[in-house]
Amino acid sequence: MKVNTERRRERIDRGIKIRTDGIYAMMSWRELCYLSAPRLVLIAGMLILPLVMPGMYWQRVITITCIYALLALSFDFLAHFVGLVCLGGAFFVGIGGYMAAILNTSFGLPPLLTIPLATVIGAGVCTLLLLPCLPLRGVYFAIVSLMYPLFAARVIEAFDIFGGTDGILGIDSFSNQWVEQYFVIGVTLLFLFGIRRLVNMDIGLVFRGVKDNDQAIKASGMDITRIKAMAVFIASAMGCLSGACLVHIYMWSGISQFALDFSILPIAATVIGGGGTLVGPIIGCLILVPISELLRDFGTLRIVFYSIILVGFIVFRSEGIMVYGQRKYHQFERWRKV
Amino acid sequence: MTEEPILKVQEVTKTFGGIIALNRVSFDVHEGEILGIIGPNGSGKTTVVNCITGFIKASSGRIFYRGKDITGKAPHKIADMGVTRTFQVMRPFYTLPAYKNLVIPLFSPRAKRTGGWRGGGKLGDRNTVSIDILEEIGFERDSFVPYKITSALPTGYLKRLELARCLALKPDLIICDEIFSGLSMSEIASMVPLIERLQMDGITLIMIEHRLRELFRVANRIMVLNFGEKLIEGTSEEIMADERVKEAYFGSENVEEVMDHA
Repeated sequence: MKVNTERRRERIDRGIKIRTDGIYAMMSWRELCYLSAPRLVLIAGMLILPLVMPGMYWQRVITITCIYALLALSFDFLAHFVGLVCLGGAFFVGIGGYMAAILNTSFGLPPLLTIPLATVIGAGVCTLLLLPCLPLRGVYFAIVSLMYPLFAARVIEAFDIFGGTDGILGIDSFSNQWVEQYFVIGVTLLFLFGIRRLVNMDIGLVFRGVKDNDQAIKASGMDITRIKAMAVFIASAMGCLSGACLVHIYMWSGISQFALDFSILPIAATVIGGGGTLVGPIIGCLILVPISELLRDFGTLRIVFYSIILVGFIVFRSEGIMVYGQRKYHQFERWRKV
Repeated sequence: MTEEPILKVQEVTKTFGGIIALNRVSFDVHEGEILGIIGPNGSGKTTVVNCITGFIKASSGRIFYRGKDITGKAPHKIADMGVTRTFQVMRPFYTLPAYKNLVIPLFSPRAKRTGGWRGGGKLGDRNTVSIDILEEIGFERDSFVPYKITSALPTGYLKRLELARCLALKPDLIICDEIFSGLSMSEIASMVPLIERLQMDGITLIMIEHRLRELFRVANRIMVLNFGEKLIEGTSEEIMADERVKEAYFGSENVEEVMDHA
């Protein structure tokens, strides 16, 4: 292979990107649009999605997509901003789901109350249960967190608690399809922009510090385990919220909520969308979940095609769609002589 | 001296497997002084720091800070009490701008308590305090240096950043692990007054150093470690005159003689 040694590609920030970095962005409409257009396109696109979907089936797919998107967001936050690679997404979903189901069927609370309660209490429970594992790092934490959903499913099955293998039936649904969709889309957008704000605040810097340099955090007089627990609380709140929404959508809660799909698919979406961008995982979900539905026609070959698409993305766009997109948006490239 | 020492290290031993890194090392540090710790490579200097600051647990022995036993406490608790350290291998937050490095220690409970960060306003309060601390430590306020991304800073500034991270906590005791190493002569020359000013501000310092000339200039007392044992403690003149120190540093023809002394 001939390597081109005379020329190299140079990337330069667009002038408009630099102009919009500070307060000067307010000076012209063009700069304001440059800043807000990507965000507005995302928000508008998400809000229009249910309206343009043909039929109930695809509208339901959008809802499920958003549920996965919340999980992917929680994974991305933990993995890329706190340094905890958590494979326990399914655990969060299961805890949130069962919590909402029990609050609804045993205490008769309406979905309006069960969802926020399940989110907060579920997140508390998840954080407490994960607390002993928080000193672990890297692949060790990943493996231990993977055990949690498997463990929970087996416990429910073996002790026949919470309806055992039948699950909990007769859970209230949302009042109608539109409420369901716009609620889920709304919370997804809310958490997306909320987490984005959070990671850029001072506490967000501390979270990122834990990921890059935990010794310096210790030397700064801060308890790493406490900071990690806070981050896990935030992430598991997102997971529990998606679980609580899920049981109200399906009107059923069962051990399939601890299925590994809820752990694995968000990771795939993060890889495709671009880790560390927060919006990337959501875009990844918007691609992956509908694709997996489309591939249902292929029956048993579905997983094969699904894997091919995943491998293709990883080989040809390993940085992720969002990282690639951001680069193209903010910078231009040119060849220059060396 | 009759007053209670600020830090009292009693018979601290640390073994890594079969290797004895520290063997019954005892010393006191008094309020407001600068204690220098020197010794050849591998003599256990950094291990002493790690034991005091809780990054590793001493195998035996006790460490008291202001009369309170801090042996085996978690590093963040010791830092919270006011014992801070710099790292020999600098550990800044490379991806952040320099001044944002200090936002992190300013977020700690101790900084909130000691008023390093005076609560209140929503916007940029910690940032303002960070820039103030950085100016104190020699980052020119009006230049672009405090705003530069940390990974682009030269070693001299990174060492200062390490010290600034300690100062953000309003510490009583700073342990500097080789803060002069890797610096040019002019960088060291600008660092020495900084150390002297810290002492004037009432901060006690323990300095681990290889640059003896600069250390002898600032330190009140010197302790020499060799093979994990304390050889001698005294003023710089006493240290310079001591035969065992010379042997430890320059080697001896007779190996057995060194072993006897060590």
